[in-house]
Amino acid sequence: MSNTNVQTSKKTDEVAIQLKGVHKWYGQFHVLKNINLTVGRGERIVICGPSGSGKSTMIRCINRLEEHQQGDIIVDNIELTGNLKNIEAIRREVGMCFQHFNLFPHLTVLENCTLAPIFVRKMPKKEAEEIAMHYLERVKIPEQADKYPGQLSGGQQQRVAIARSLCMNPRVMLFDEPTSALDPEMIAEVLDTMIELADTGMTMICVTHEMGFARKVADRVIFMDAGEIIEENKPEEFFNNPQSDRTKKFLSQILAH
Amino acid sequence: MSSLTDQKYAPGEHPDLPPPPGSIGVVGWLRHRLFSSVGNTILTILAFFFLYKVGNAVIFWVFTGATFTGDTQDACTQGGACWLVIGDRFHQFMYGLYPQEEYWRANIVFVLMVFAIAPLLFDKLPHRGMFLIFSALFPFAAFYLLSGGWGLETVDTANWGGMLLTLVLGITGIVASLPIGILLALGRRSNMPIVRTLCVCFIEFIRGVPLITILFMASNMLPLFLPEGVNFDKLLRALIGVALFSSAYMAEVIRGGLQAIPKGQYEGADAMGLSYWQSMRLIILPQALRIVIPGIVNTFIGLYKDTTLVSIIGLFDLLGIAQVAVADVKWRGLAPETYAFIALLFFISCFSMSRYSLWLENKLHTGHKR
Repeated sequence: MSNTNVQTSKKTDEVAIQLKGVHKWYGQFHVLKNINLTVGRGERIVICGPSGSGKSTMIRCINRLEEHQQGDIIVDNIELTGNLKNIEAIRREVGMCFQHFNLFPHLTVLENCTLAPIFVRKMPKKEAEEIAMHYLERVKIPEQADKYPGQLSGGQQQRVAIARSLCMNPRVMLFDEPTSALDPEMIAEVLDTMIELADTGMTMICVTHEMGFARKVADRVIFMDAGEIIEENKPEEFFNNPQSDRTKKFLSQILAH
Repeated sequence: MSSLTDQKYAPGEHPDLPPPPGSIGVVGWLRHRLFSSVGNTILTILAFFFLYKVGNAVIFWVFTGATFTGDTQDACTQGGACWLVIGDRFHQFMYGLYPQEEYWRANIVFVLMVFAIAPLLFDKLPHRGMFLIFSALFPFAAFYLLSGGWGLETVDTANWGGMLLTLVLGITGIVASLPIGILLALGRRSNMPIVRTLCVCFIEFIRGVPLITILFMASNMLPLFLPEGVNFDKLLRALIGVALFSSAYMAEVIRGGLQAIPKGQYEGADAMGLSYWQSMRLIILPQALRIVIPGIVNTFIGLYKDTTLVSIIGLFDLLGIAQVAVADVKWRGLAPETYAFIALLFFISCFSMSRYSLWLENKLHTGHKR
């Protein structure tokens, strides 16, 4: 990671995302239990917790990749219901990066980036390409624009995925374990990109186990276990003075090595 | 065991060396593939001997011992094939019972067909957009030219035959079955219960019944259910039967492709705000169809050859007209020649499809590993 100074928060009082009493079940299995979370515009949130704790499921509920069965989710003043119009409106404003990038392998890097602006935002092709090149430069791979995703390294692919999301000019970015499928050498380049993004004041929710990133960037760290939010706090407090035993145990395990 | 001091080169300075001689190139290939052991050498020699014998016999029958000139069967005295029957019957093989003085219309259709199909096959064609408009208009032009009316003499579809009929059936079936198959496959994977049930019922019913049954029902039973006086053209009924039949198979091939696409691709498309039809058209289908090109072409080839079954309902396609030729008293005992020629025509069509599909697979390969 290039710079070590703690980022200044761009958090405002405006609410970007609100989850109120959200419950979700997979069949009989209760994955999310009474989740209450308010994310301010410009706030950076890191969610951590053991696997199976429901952290991915929670952020996937925010853009309706998963459906919640009880409670309210309000994104950007739009309530998330079964209404297809609302879902598509929210997805336009919420970018998402996945663990396995989910780039489209049959399209070039540039086409990956211009697809949604052209077909969802109805942007002219030329303008979409200019914007795509702008963001590809920001993630430092403009020279790969005409290659296919399969020809890039994992770290490069994840940076393309970030650029692809940014091309839609989203108001919120969700990251679902963006570095956990990467080699150690490539994690740094992706985290650098994410830190730069955080610097611009983007509202970000990151599910990640990169505790260095959490310390440096997060306004709040949230710890989840067994479908519940156990603890949430500022990073220093969270790491130096964890409240619950479950958090202490998790931190000791993850920081032991 | 070698230690660092045994090495000829210092660590990190080992140059790229050429492979050992005889392991690559023609010699390497021969040694590796044909003569790698005593047993394999014997098998290689035996195989060559066998190929030589069979090849000789085939060349004698087809070329050196065959008769190419003459008017009647009496000219065929050399012991090989008697190709005279092909020349004599050639027009029927091409046009069936189409009136001789109207052959030019069929010929125009053949030529136009090449221009109509080319833009569908090759996306790098110059002025492809204009060609595609032509492709869309071609079926109507072809129908007008072949069936007549408005100044042209009317030719009943029952008289269309031979290669002409085979191409009409085959190409219409292929062009119709792909989009119908795609819709059926998407329908079968739909979340909407009624759509899904309808698609499943259609696919399973059609796949559970032989094509002959469908053709026979379309030809003989359909008129019983229609009101008096309403009458579909026999060829049209056969066309619909063939298209529906192969679209059911096509649907299952495409469904296989859809299932091979990782969930992440659907989620990636959803997360970007693409609608269902956009994500299908732009993301999922291009990948799914590429995966199942071999299966799709397999279905196309099967469909093309299955068109020969229309002789059951009294249409004379390429094979049907050949059977008429074989029964001709003027040329007795020439079934091998006739069928060999028909087989050659089918082989050319099907082999072209197969080669095209290989070419397309290579072209669409973007080196993606997910």
